[in-house]
Amino acid sequence: MADSSHDAHEDKPVLPEPENGDVWGMMGMFDTPADLYHACEELRDAGYKGLDAMTPFPVHGLEKALGLSPTRLPFFVLAGGATGLTGGVLLTWYCNWDYPLNIAGKVPFSWQVYIPIYFELTVLFSALTCFFVTWGLCKLPTFFHPTMRHKSFPRSTDDGFFVTIDATDPKYDADDTRRLLEKLGAKEVQEVHS
Amino acid sequence: MATTTPNEVPGDTPGTRAPLVLGKPTFSTVTEDVSAIAESKPTPKYLLGLMLAASILLVMVGSLAKLVTTGVGVWGLDNTVFWAWDITGFVFWIGIGHAGTLISAILFLFRQKWRTSINRAAEAMTIFAVMAAGIYPAFHVGRVWFLYWVFPVPNQMSIWPNFKSPLLWDVFAVSTYATVSILFWYMGLVPDLATIRDRAKTRLRYIIYGILSLGWRGSHRGWLHYEKAYLILAGLSTPLVLSVHTVVSFDFATSVIPGWHTTIFPPYFVAGAIFSGFAMVITLMIVARKVLGLEHLITIRHLENMCKIILATGSMVGYAYGIEFFIAWYGGVEYERFAFLNRAFGPYKWAYWSMVSCNVIFPQLFWFKKVRTSIPAMFALSIVVNIGMWFERFVIIVTSLHRDYLPSSWTYFTPSIWDISLFCGTFGLFLTMFLLFCKYLPVIANSEVKGVMPQANPHPEHHDEEAHAHG
Repeated sequence: MADSSHDAHEDKPVLPEPENGDVWGMMGMFDTPADLYHACEELRDAGYKGLDAMTPFPVHGLEKALGLSPTRLPFFVLAGGATGLTGGVLLTWYCNWDYPLNIAGKVPFSWQVYIPIYFELTVLFSALTCFFVTWGLCKLPTFFHPTMRHKSFPRSTDDGFFVTIDATDPKYDADDTRRLLEKLGAKEVQEVHS
Repeated sequence: MATTTPNEVPGDTPGTRAPLVLGKPTFSTVTEDVSAIAESKPTPKYLLGLMLAASILLVMVGSLAKLVTTGVGVWGLDNTVFWAWDITGFVFWIGIGHAGTLISAILFLFRQKWRTSINRAAEAMTIFAVMAAGIYPAFHVGRVWFLYWVFPVPNQMSIWPNFKSPLLWDVFAVSTYATVSILFWYMGLVPDLATIRDRAKTRLRYIIYGILSLGWRGSHRGWLHYEKAYLILAGLSTPLVLSVHTVVSFDFATSVIPGWHTTIFPPYFVAGAIFSGFAMVITLMIVARKVLGLEHLITIRHLENMCKIILATGSMVGYAYGIEFFIAWYGGVEYERFAFLNRAFGPYKWAYWSMVSCNVIFPQLFWFKKVRTSIPAMFALSIVVNIGMWFERFVIIVTSLHRDYLPSSWTYFTPSIWDISLFCGTFGLFLTMFLLFCKYLPVIANSEVKGVMPQANPHPEHHDEEAHAHG
């Protein structure tokens, strides 16, 4: 348990570089969240738009440094919850219309008694929507992503803090971008291919 | 179990707080400490433990086989006491599950960062406890192969379930709770499964953990959605967990049985659930941190905080016991008065006073810091609390039933061997699942623990005591 985790990566199969794959983008690594944060701010201010980071844990506030807009997830969840609630009302209405049960003299559609059902179905549908839409927005599941070709990719889920620049960014230039990343202190700057 | 490592800080000192991660770990040592558990070969001791748990699980399977082939008559039930160990076991296990959701959702919303090193295992515990709980209502229906009748399934007779029954509300509440707990747990696991994938040394592990981790790579655009999703799921789970035990208490409270028909049941049941759940978390964590060598991540501060929650909820439960008696007297209904006097001084007084001493008296020892920070003491007390909480459900259920309105139908319930074996067997299910979880999945939320380490703060110049975890 004492050995460093980096030893663990040494005999790890690294995905081979393709012969003539398209350039996906450039990646550079930092050792601390603070260095990454600073570099992202500089890159954003230099006019880069296709920025992203890869970190072992969410670095607080990094979306500001990357210039990213907030997620649209809550709207999906709201729609999911509304579906659950509507579904619950329709379900209890239909079942009690189709097969009326006289319980304690209550009318068939006694909505007050069904509130627990409505609540649970609202929560259930919201949670399922939240779960599946999140992975959809993250473009997951996937077997492969070009960033996985970086030779230190395994550190992105351990202790490496990567910045990635998409090659579709109009400002992207193999030499200039590499030079800027190195100037900002990035290590293992590497262009990866899809 | 009492040994403490030299750098262990005994809880909070006024002014400064004990750090959440002890020693001077780096991100990679945390990765190593957490992931190595899921990567090492099972030790003989582990296999022995697993076999023991699996044998107890077999007792459950055997008891269920006997139950299904013979009928619910194998239990010690009679015409007066028609609900006993089965529903006691159900409420006991469902209650234990509540601590996991409380830790993962409610403490998350309250920004209690100490939750990070215990939430994963507590959530796993929730899921396994709900599984154990689900056994009871599923088999109590008698003909388990018709269990799907509890769901509104279209059928040729156009018969639908009774949506006005709290038992059906229970179906919806418990199944929603199980589903949402699994989603929440799995969502938390994905980044850590990706860590194990990236450390994989064999192709098989690479593929299995690769599929389980969905291809997660910690992209910040992904983290943005993920963190919002985690917050939303926490927000959804918080009212959900409160609703589940509320609905469980409705099973009793909406009836007209003296001793059950009380409005205090929902909050009283929820407090009791959290109380018993935290006791189970302490029992499991004390063993797990020792065996898995995670004493620097699950520190005395974590355990002490849990003891404080046990003290608070235990006192709430004690208050509920008292107010029940007050209302029985103040309400002036003679059946209600009789039910409570019979509870405390009738044939089941041994059960009642065991419950009071285990749940109200002993947890008061947690007022003393010495007790809160002593591992043997809290281990013993956590077990006492769970015994007490089992008795609480037994007392509520059986003492309210066994002396009916008609003295001619009064009975004294004695469990049959099958009642006992099934209840013991559910521990086998719970422990087997928990042991498998400890071996094959990251027991500590790797990414979340890293997020609360001081060096995780991207603005170190601001001297935040701890960096912000999640949003």
